[in-house]
Amino acid sequence: MNKQALFEIGLEELPARFIDDAEKQLEEKTAAWLQKNRLPSEQLTVFSTPRRLAVLIDGLPEKQPDIEEKAKGPAKHIALTEDGEWSKAAIGFTKGQGKNVDDIYFEEIKGVEYVHVDKYIEGVSTEAILQEFKDVILSLTFPKNMRWGNRSLKYVRPIRWLVALFEEAVIPFEIEGVETGAGTKGHRFLGEEIILSHAGTYESALKGQYVMVDRSKRMEDIKQQLVDFQQSKGWDIHEDEELLMEVTDLVEYPTVFSGSFDESFLKVPDEALITSMKEHQRYFPVHQGDALLPYFVGVRNGDDQHLRNVARGNEKVLRARLSDAQFFYEEDQKVSIEARLEKLQTIVYQEDLGTLADKVARVEDIALLLSDELSVSAEEREHVERAAHISKFDLVTQMVDEFTNLQGIMGEKYAKIFGESDAVAAAMREQYMPKQAGSASPETKVGSILSVADKLDTIVGTIAIGNLPSGSQDPYGLRRQALGILQIVGEHDWEIDVTSLLDLVIDYYKQKGLGTVSEEQRRADIHDFFDARAAYLLRKEDVESDIVEAVLVSGVGHYPVTRQKAILLSKKRNDSDFREVHESFGRVLNMAGKAESSTVDSSLFEKEEETRLHDVHLDMEKEFRNYLATAQVEKALETLTLLAAPIHEFFDNIMVMTEDSEVRANRLALLKSIADTLYVFADFHAVQWKQHN
Amino acid sequence: MDIQTMILTLQKHWSDQGCILMQAYDTEKGAGTMSPMTLLRSLGPEPWNVAYVEPSRRPADGRYGENPNRLYQHHQFQVIMKPSPDNIQEIYLESLKALGIDPKQHDIRFVEDNWENPTLGAAGLGWEVWLDGMEITQFTYFQQIGGLEAKPVSAEITYGIERLASYIQDKENVFDLEWTNGVTVGDIFSQPEYEHSVYTFEESDEQMLFDLFTTYEKEAEKLMEKDLVFPAYDYVLKCSHTFNLLDAKGVISVTERTGYIGRVRKLARKIAKTYVEKREELGFPMLEEEESSHE
Repeated sequence: MNKQALFEIGLEELPARFIDDAEKQLEEKTAAWLQKNRLPSEQLTVFSTPRRLAVLIDGLPEKQPDIEEKAKGPAKHIALTEDGEWSKAAIGFTKGQGKNVDDIYFEEIKGVEYVHVDKYIEGVSTEAILQEFKDVILSLTFPKNMRWGNRSLKYVRPIRWLVALFEEAVIPFEIEGVETGAGTKGHRFLGEEIILSHAGTYESALKGQYVMVDRSKRMEDIKQQLVDFQQSKGWDIHEDEELLMEVTDLVEYPTVFSGSFDESFLKVPDEALITSMKEHQRYFPVHQGDALLPYFVGVRNGDDQHLRNVARGNEKVLRARLSDAQFFYEEDQKVSIEARLEKLQTIVYQEDLGTLADKVARVEDIALLLSDELSVSAEEREHVERAAHISKFDLVTQMVDEFTNLQGIMGEKYAKIFGESDAVAAAMREQYMPKQAGSASPETKVGSILSVADKLDTIVGTIAIGNLPSGSQDPYGLRRQALGILQIVGEHDWEIDVTSLLDLVIDYYKQKGLGTVSEEQRRADIHDFFDARAAYLLRKEDVESDIVEAVLVSGVGHYPVTRQKAILLSKKRNDSDFREVHESFGRVLNMAGKAESSTVDSSLFEKEEETRLHDVHLDMEKEFRNYLATAQVEKALETLTLLAAPIHEFFDNIMVMTEDSEVRANRLALLKSIADTLYVFADFHAVQWKQHN
Repeated sequence: MDIQTMILTLQKHWSDQGCILMQAYDTEKGAGTMSPMTLLRSLGPEPWNVAYVEPSRRPADGRYGENPNRLYQHHQFQVIMKPSPDNIQEIYLESLKALGIDPKQHDIRFVEDNWENPTLGAAGLGWEVWLDGMEITQFTYFQQIGGLEAKPVSAEITYGIERLASYIQDKENVFDLEWTNGVTVGDIFSQPEYEHSVYTFEESDEQMLFDLFTTYEKEAEKLMEKDLVFPAYDYVLKCSHTFNLLDAKGVISVTERTGYIGRVRKLARKIAKTYVEKREELGFPMLEEEESSHE
């Protein structure tokens, strides 16, 4: 049980982004295949470089374990004819098992005797089974496949060689004209073709040919070289797992090198320089603290010979790229913001929603509507108006055209250059925040208003033209943007609740006659969409779904308050002191449904308990609503509990469904008026109470 | 090595590999791929190996001859090998050695870059080849052309001549590159670069270009009714260049853009399909020649 097998697929350069998954698949599929073929093994090691995927199987036996098993055939009364001869069924069964009737014996199962034969299956040699490993190679899947030459197989890249070894012996098979062998290839330029003497020598043999086949070792090696660089040069190279993984998957033999660029380029915004280095050239930018330095660090696929040559070439490329960025940066400053805004009229935003200029006009209107709802100073209002008006001008600058991820960032820089106020300039960047769920929100009031206005327009507009996200389909990132809105209104403690916010924008769209989906449908879609986002956020905080349902009964509302309600109710549901309270609420809610109105006529009261309940309700209601409006959720619930005792007394002493229809209707109205107040907090009916005695 | 020598070297290298040396095609185009020597000939089962220099016009990249890296017109050295040989990467790397680039002294990599030209209904998988971080070649295995499956698959290798030369000659500015014997790219192309930029961005007559587009399109459609593939394709190329001029002038909105691309694509698809049919009618003559030469 100590044999080794090696399979290597030699390929033309694999796309780096496929390698991680390819390694995982190779491991999982190999393991499953071994199991299916009854081949025990001790260890699987997968390897990958841009030019190869490989797996080493350790601890294989010489052959499959033999199997001894009992095969069950027909029942005895079927196996024997009336004459006591073997029936056709019995003969057929033994033949099928490779035996004959002399091997038959009977055994009883649940009181019935059945024909049995003992079967012995001799294990097949491992070598023979390994020839079928071709199936594993062909079962690997990739996001994009191709054909080559005259071949019809679709695979990630052309297969150029195959290694298949069991110990020192070649396992013969063939894929698309490529025969397996013991020969593998070293580094394209530094290594040679070599013949592997044994499966187990794979890693070390290729190391000698300038190929580090173990991906995690290669990554560690790069990391270590980066650390050495930082120490010897006194630089900070910020950790970047994604970039590290990509460069690991672009090289077979990594050597880290550094280069420099002219200091004058540092006048170009850092973000543009970093994008050029990282996204385009796969370099690590170099900092000292937070300050960007005119250096970069790259990873070469090769040894440390002629490194200066390589660095010089890379410097030249980077210089051209940075010259471009600098050119764009300077050219962009020659065109006024107003001229940019005119250009927006020529760019279609969405077929049914007009141009980018149309979108900007809507964002401006919505931002001002929001400002009216929030307490903003006259100056802030002016800033909001201006910021919204110019919000998308940078989309038509050369810089953003070239580096799309700099939208907003360049907007802020250029706005400052063109003399816009700091508040307006900052809003250019802040309108795109939070960039992902949970990342930083806009800090300024102006920025947060613009950000919410822009997102609301996108969401309402997109859903109004029938592009409601479904399942995994959310091409416009509406979900992320909705979460962004909830985050901003929460962190900025906006007085306006989300439900009214949505109605505000839905009404605005109606007034403008925009959208293709019916008014009623889109209103429902948009509210449901936000409810689902709020529910998602609450569920992420481990709020259980009955509580989520209870607090979202009348929409998202003021989200921070809704969230606090959910957290509070999650506690109260287990609190036995709260039992009396929720039971009292339950009594009200059960009956309130029968009411036709909530208008109470106190002159119709006959009993002390109804007068008292009505008075307590009137007394507490305003205070209760005030507490909610000021986000004092716990106080609000406490106030609500004042109703509990009078409710119980009411039900204990009063017959609601009395004969007198007027009195009855009035009592129901009283209960409904209280239920209405309860619903402001939550649907207490939806909660599954879990108090224990 | 000057550009002229580079071209001669590449021609010799690919000629030795059995490529037919062609000349540039005489209709304006944005890339060597668009020459019928590539686009049409890579369709169908007939073997085809060809190499040529293609002057490629990209009106939007015009910079009045002032930008050291961008040109209204640059040059591509284009190679097609159909079917793609098994050692095509090695043959390509040999060509770099022939140009004096010793891979051991540099960092040469194949970085994933898939190519797609929706206008021509064409797509392929491959890489950009990096020389010390500089993209010097586009390397593509054609999978689809004119909406048809490319079978057998052609390997397309496109060298950016000026890019490569700026590396080989170690020049910062494309206009300082030596073409031959002390004659620079600037000597030959400065004036045309400037004038074409002025024309593209300032002087071009938009209405005339819109009219031309429609005229060329109609002509192509008319020719296709008569199955005249090559002339029809020439008019598609003219449509494409006219569109590029309009686009560079910034007078095509995003929606119109989709419309124009759609119109050209429709024509390109029809031409591709008809080309293969016509070759089939002729009995795929180059296929027979290939087979008989092996007998």
